[in-house]
Amino acid sequence: MKVLVAVKRVVDFNVKVRVKADGSGVETANVKMSMNPFDEIALEEAVRLKEAGAASEIVAVSCGVAACQETLRTALAIGADRAILVQTDAELQPLAVAKLLKSIALKEAPRLVIMGKQAIDDDSNQTGQMLAALLGWSQATFASKVKMDKDSAEVTREVDGGLDTISVRLPAVVTTDLRLNEPRYVTLPNIMKAKKKPFETLTPEALGVDVKPRLATLKVVEPAKRKAGIKVADARALVDKLRNEAKVI
Amino acid sequence: MSAYTAPLKDMKFVLNELAGLADVAKLPGYQEATPDTVDAILEEASKFATEILDPINYSGDQEGSVWKDGAVATPRGFKHAYQQYVAGGWGSLPFEAQWGGQGLPKLVATAVEEMLTSSNMSFSLCPLLTQGAIHALELCGAEALKKTYLGKMIEGSWTGTMNLTEPQAGSDLALVRTRAVREGDHYRISGQKIFITYGEHDLAENIVHLVLARTPEAPEGVKGISLFLVPKFLPKPDGTPGERNAARCASIEHKLGIHASPTAVMVFDNAVGYLVGEENKGLSYMFVMMNAARFSVGLEGVAIAERAFQRALAYARERLQGKDLVEGASTVPIIRHPDVRRMLMLMKSQTEAMRALAYVVAAAMDFAQKVEDKNQRQKHQAFVDLMIPVVKGWSSETGIEIASLGVQVHGGMGFIEETGAAQHLRDARITTIYEGTTGIQAGDLVGRKIARDSGATAKALVTELKRFDAELARSKNPDIQAMRPVLAAGTAAVADCVDYIVANAGKDVRGVFAGAVPFLKLMGIVAGGWQMARAALAAEKLLSGDSNFYQAKIKTARFFAEHVLVQAPGLRDTVVKGGAGVMALSDEQFLAS
Repeated sequence: MKVLVAVKRVVDFNVKVRVKADGSGVETANVKMSMNPFDEIALEEAVRLKEAGAASEIVAVSCGVAACQETLRTALAIGADRAILVQTDAELQPLAVAKLLKSIALKEAPRLVIMGKQAIDDDSNQTGQMLAALLGWSQATFASKVKMDKDSAEVTREVDGGLDTISVRLPAVVTTDLRLNEPRYVTLPNIMKAKKKPFETLTPEALGVDVKPRLATLKVVEPAKRKAGIKVADARALVDKLRNEAKVI
Repeated sequence: MSAYTAPLKDMKFVLNELAGLADVAKLPGYQEATPDTVDAILEEASKFATEILDPINYSGDQEGSVWKDGAVATPRGFKHAYQQYVAGGWGSLPFEAQWGGQGLPKLVATAVEEMLTSSNMSFSLCPLLTQGAIHALELCGAEALKKTYLGKMIEGSWTGTMNLTEPQAGSDLALVRTRAVREGDHYRISGQKIFITYGEHDLAENIVHLVLARTPEAPEGVKGISLFLVPKFLPKPDGTPGERNAARCASIEHKLGIHASPTAVMVFDNAVGYLVGEENKGLSYMFVMMNAARFSVGLEGVAIAERAFQRALAYARERLQGKDLVEGASTVPIIRHPDVRRMLMLMKSQTEAMRALAYVVAAAMDFAQKVEDKNQRQKHQAFVDLMIPVVKGWSSETGIEIASLGVQVHGGMGFIEETGAAQHLRDARITTIYEGTTGIQAGDLVGRKIARDSGATAKALVTELKRFDAELARSKNPDIQAMRPVLAAGTAAVADCVDYIVANAGKDVRGVFAGAVPFLKLMGIVAGGWQMARAALAAEKLLSGDSNFYQAKIKTARFFAEHVLVQAPGLRDTVVKGGAGVMALSDEQFLAS
């Protein structure tokens, strides 16, 4: 069974994100970038499926600038068998990525596509759902447990009310939640082996996908700074402030 | 308590711009060390250091290793960390593929080693000693020994030790008394060894001791010392650990620092041992490894300095105390006070200078090993030989100073263990002592490395520094122009001292040796100033990139010139004129007060 894992290159989770001076977006120049942590979990799950004999080949895909190569090299070092980069300098929105992944999925014909439930940069939480819809495949989002059968997968999902276990027919798209697994550390021998694994670079044009943004970003601003607190004289003053200033009661 | 973050930007800058990683990667056998691979290695090693080793550094210091009935329990978390270290294959980094190594350059290994040491010096000593033992076996061991031991040691499932010191034989190994008596295909080893780092522990299934001992017919002194391999468990024919050998840990020491690293007293009671190489050549084998070991201790100075700096910086940004000298209105973080900044800049600039020099020397080791042309190889080796005592002596001495500044930045809290600042000072304190004290390094520098070749290698360095001055002259940057005369004065100071040493090593050897440590320090700050000036030039060309990093690099280089390198002429005077003063008193006059 072939598994496709989509990985996104994002600003590292340790970096304090800053808005660009012109308000056009978030500063990414000279900022440490890494694999989206949710995608790392997706990849870890694929590697575990392979180790358990449930998967035969893992293909990692990333869409974006040339530097996404690094992210894919990491994916290869974690355990993907080969990598595909859809290289473009264009701004990619979830729908464009879903379309790109769809064309790769049709070419590669995996039984399972796994990716993070969202990326920690824009927190869109859309790509997996859009991909499933475009392909007409089953979807299981927010997975915290995945059990593979021959033609189906049993997926436990983290939902507001608790846990929701569903069975989906394959091929399917699964998006991962935080508690699905704990990704392993990359080993030195695997970093070295990753160099020799197949690496393919494609373009949106070659795949015949129009990636033009459908949404326009008007302005990005930093959240307002927190104001210093004050002491109130008594409960009545507190209630008054909550009602008339904060307007929360 | 602030966590360790590997200074990956500076490491990559030094690797690429100063140490010439691209050229190292062109050497035969090192083609795998491409920039993207090295980036990935550094990235993953930094995760290991920050997430696995750093969290057990302070607790390891507090708990320490504990001896009970001949066994040693390492602190909580060490066993797990070691398993992760083995699983990650980190021990295999610099060794030959034939034995399961990854065959990567010393330069890359150096950056990884710095991270392991910064995050947890006590832990890092176990891999360090193992690597030394592997190195010795690789170079001198018979094929059969290599087959049995190298694979296990490189993968890390067995660790290694170096058993040199005995109670009466410290810096002077001529006094070694441990006996080795031949018995068929092996020897029987008897004697006591002290200060054996990780001589006993619970991290791995077997421990491979390399032991210096004398055979009954051996000549007196250093020419009669042989090297033996003595395993804790004798390997069975299938290679797994078998019978317990009579190599036992009698106790472990209670030390000023590196508490988690067990320092064992080892007793060999007719233990089975195997000769490494030939009889009576043990000390020369040791010397082969000595360069690597001394270099690593110098790197420990860099690593602890970096860690102490990070901790002090985090504290200085948080601790609110006093008003700004100019703005004055509100209480400010202490980093705003000029003297605190001065301390932080001393820490930062010297750490960066030491890192640059250490990595440049590491690259020279790679060139000395692998360059095709024999003359080039010899040239690089001569530079390495000259700089090893400098890296070891200067970086360890400065590492202690920087760790001490780290305590000072913390004020009263620095004297309290819970901030962690004191641990770095205690841990660093051993680095000027083991693998040859600073005095021994300085003696090696003036005696073997300078007087013996009449200063030829040192003069070649002076020539290079003068050539480099012309490069500096072309820069229009005012900070770089400010450094230039300071570096020129430092260069002149080195040249004067080399002339003095060459002229006086025969007729006034005491005077020369009396100034050896000040000369070593002079060499360190001039070589460090040279590297910082190179860094400034490289940064100037890259300013349009990560401008904060590169601007800071140029300013830091200038600070180093004006606060550290500027001391060079004074040190020259001490070296050239101060020898007589050192020897002026009679032994009795020391008691005359």
